[in-house]
Amino acid sequence: MVMRDKVYATMDEAVADIPDGSTVMCPGFSGVGVPRNLLAAVNRQGARELTCISNNAGTTDELVDVGTLVEAGQVKKMICAFTAPTHPSVISPFVRMYNEGLVDAELVPQGTLAERIRIAAAGIGGFYTPTSVGTELAEGKEHRVINGRTYVLEYPLPADYALIRAWKADRFGNLQFRLAQRNFNPIMAMAATITIVEVENDVVEIGELDPDQVHVSGIYVDRIVKIPEDGIWDGAKPGL
Amino acid sequence: MTGKAKLTRQAMCDRLAMEFQDGWIVNLGVGMPTLCSNYVDESRSIINHSENGVIGYGPLAAEGEEDRHLVNAGGQHVTSQPGMGIVHHADSFMIIRGGMIDVTVMGAYEVAENGDFANWRIPTRKGGGIGGAMDLAACAKRVFIAMEHNTREGAPRLLRRCSLPVTAPGVVKMLVTDLGLFQIAASGFELLEHAPGWSPQEIQEQTEATVKVSPGLREFRFRG
Repeated sequence: MVMRDKVYATMDEAVADIPDGSTVMCPGFSGVGVPRNLLAAVNRQGARELTCISNNAGTTDELVDVGTLVEAGQVKKMICAFTAPTHPSVISPFVRMYNEGLVDAELVPQGTLAERIRIAAAGIGGFYTPTSVGTELAEGKEHRVINGRTYVLEYPLPADYALIRAWKADRFGNLQFRLAQRNFNPIMAMAATITIVEVENDVVEIGELDPDQVHVSGIYVDRIVKIPEDGIWDGAKPGL
Repeated sequence: MTGKAKLTRQAMCDRLAMEFQDGWIVNLGVGMPTLCSNYVDESRSIINHSENGVIGYGPLAAEGEEDRHLVNAGGQHVTSQPGMGIVHHADSFMIIRGGMIDVTVMGAYEVAENGDFANWRIPTRKGGGIGGAMDLAACAKRVFIAMEHNTREGAPRLLRRCSLPVTAPGVVKMLVTDLGLFQIAASGFELLEHAPGWSPQEIQEQTEATVKVSPGLREFRFRG
C-alpha cells in the first residue's frame, strides 16, 4: 500500500487557496501550540472576511497569532472564550477593534467551545451541557431537564480550514504533540474540512511513527509543512 | 477605611489550600488562586489540573529551566513531575464537566449570600472573559473563591445579591478575603476565621450582606 505524501515545500503554498469568507480554526493556549508560521502565511496571502475560531483573539505581544489577522483587517468575526481583556489595562488589537465595532465576536465558554469543535468532528448534531445554565449566555437557548439537572443545548462548530502546530509528523500526516502544545490542536485537526499542519520536528517517513503514539490520525490531515530554519520557533532552536 | 493590617494574597491562598484534602484534583484559576500552589504540605498528595489538559504538573519552573511546551492555564511555565499526563482540550473539559475536579479556586468581582458569584463581565464594558470559568463553576465538586473583601474604592463585594452577571448560580461553598474566611450555608455568609485584630463587628461594617458568626470563630490559622 502506498500512502499519499502530503508534504508541501512552503507555508505560503500550503495556504495559497484559502478563499475570502472562510472559517478557520486557530489552536493554541497561553502561547503554546499556536500555528504561527501558517498564520503568518495567511497574513501574507491576504484572505479577508474570515471567521476565526480560537480560545482567545490574540495577545499584546509582537508574536504572530490570530490577533495578527484581526489587526490586519482580515477577520470579520471571532468565535472565542475571551472578548474582554483579562486585565483592563491590557488592550489587545482585537479588544480595541471589537470595542470600535470593527470586528464581530461570539463569546463561548471554553469547555463548550472545545466540545462544539469535538462534536463537529464526531458527526454529532448537538449536546446538552450544564455550563452557562442560569447565566446571560444561556438566554434564548433550548433548556432541558435530564435526570433532575438543567442543561442547555449547544451545536457543533465546524470549519473550512484548521491551521495546526504539531511536534512530529510522518509524511502521511499522522501527528504527535508535545506536552501542553496539544490543547485544541487534535480536535481542530479533526473538525475542519482541510487541515494544514506546521511541524516543529522532522517530518519522518511513513512507517517511522509508532502507531500506538499517534495523537491524530493522518486521515484527517491534508497538508504538512516542516517549519524552516528561519521560521517562527517560539524562542526554541530549530531541531529541538 | 481603617489602616489596620489585612491578610496578604499569599496568606489568603495558603488558608484555602489548607482545606485541600489528600488525593484531591485541584484546578486553580488564573491570578491570585495560582498562589495556592505555593502552599506545600508533604502529608498530602494534590493533583493539579490545568484546563489546557495538563494533569499532575509540578511547581512553577525556575528562570532558565522553563520548558517552552509546558504551561498552566495562566501561561506560567510549570515543571513536569512523575505521573504527569496530557490530554487534549475536549478531554480536559470532559474531566471538568464529568465532575472529576474536587475543588476549583477562582477570583471574583462579587459573591452573594446565596452562593452566586460574578467574575466574567462588567456590563459597562463590551465583551467578557469567560475562559473555563463557567464550566468549572457549574461542574466542579466545590467552588472556592479568593478575593479582596472590598473594591479598591472600598465598596463591598460580599453582597445579598450579585449586581454583575453571574458566572454560575448558587455554587460558592467557601470564600477567603483579606479580612476573613467564610463558608456559605443556606443561611448565607458564616464567618469562620478573622484576620488578626479584626472583630466580627468591624468585618460586618465592611460587608453589605449579613455576616453570621460561627460559634467556633477564631483567628486565622495557617497550619494544620
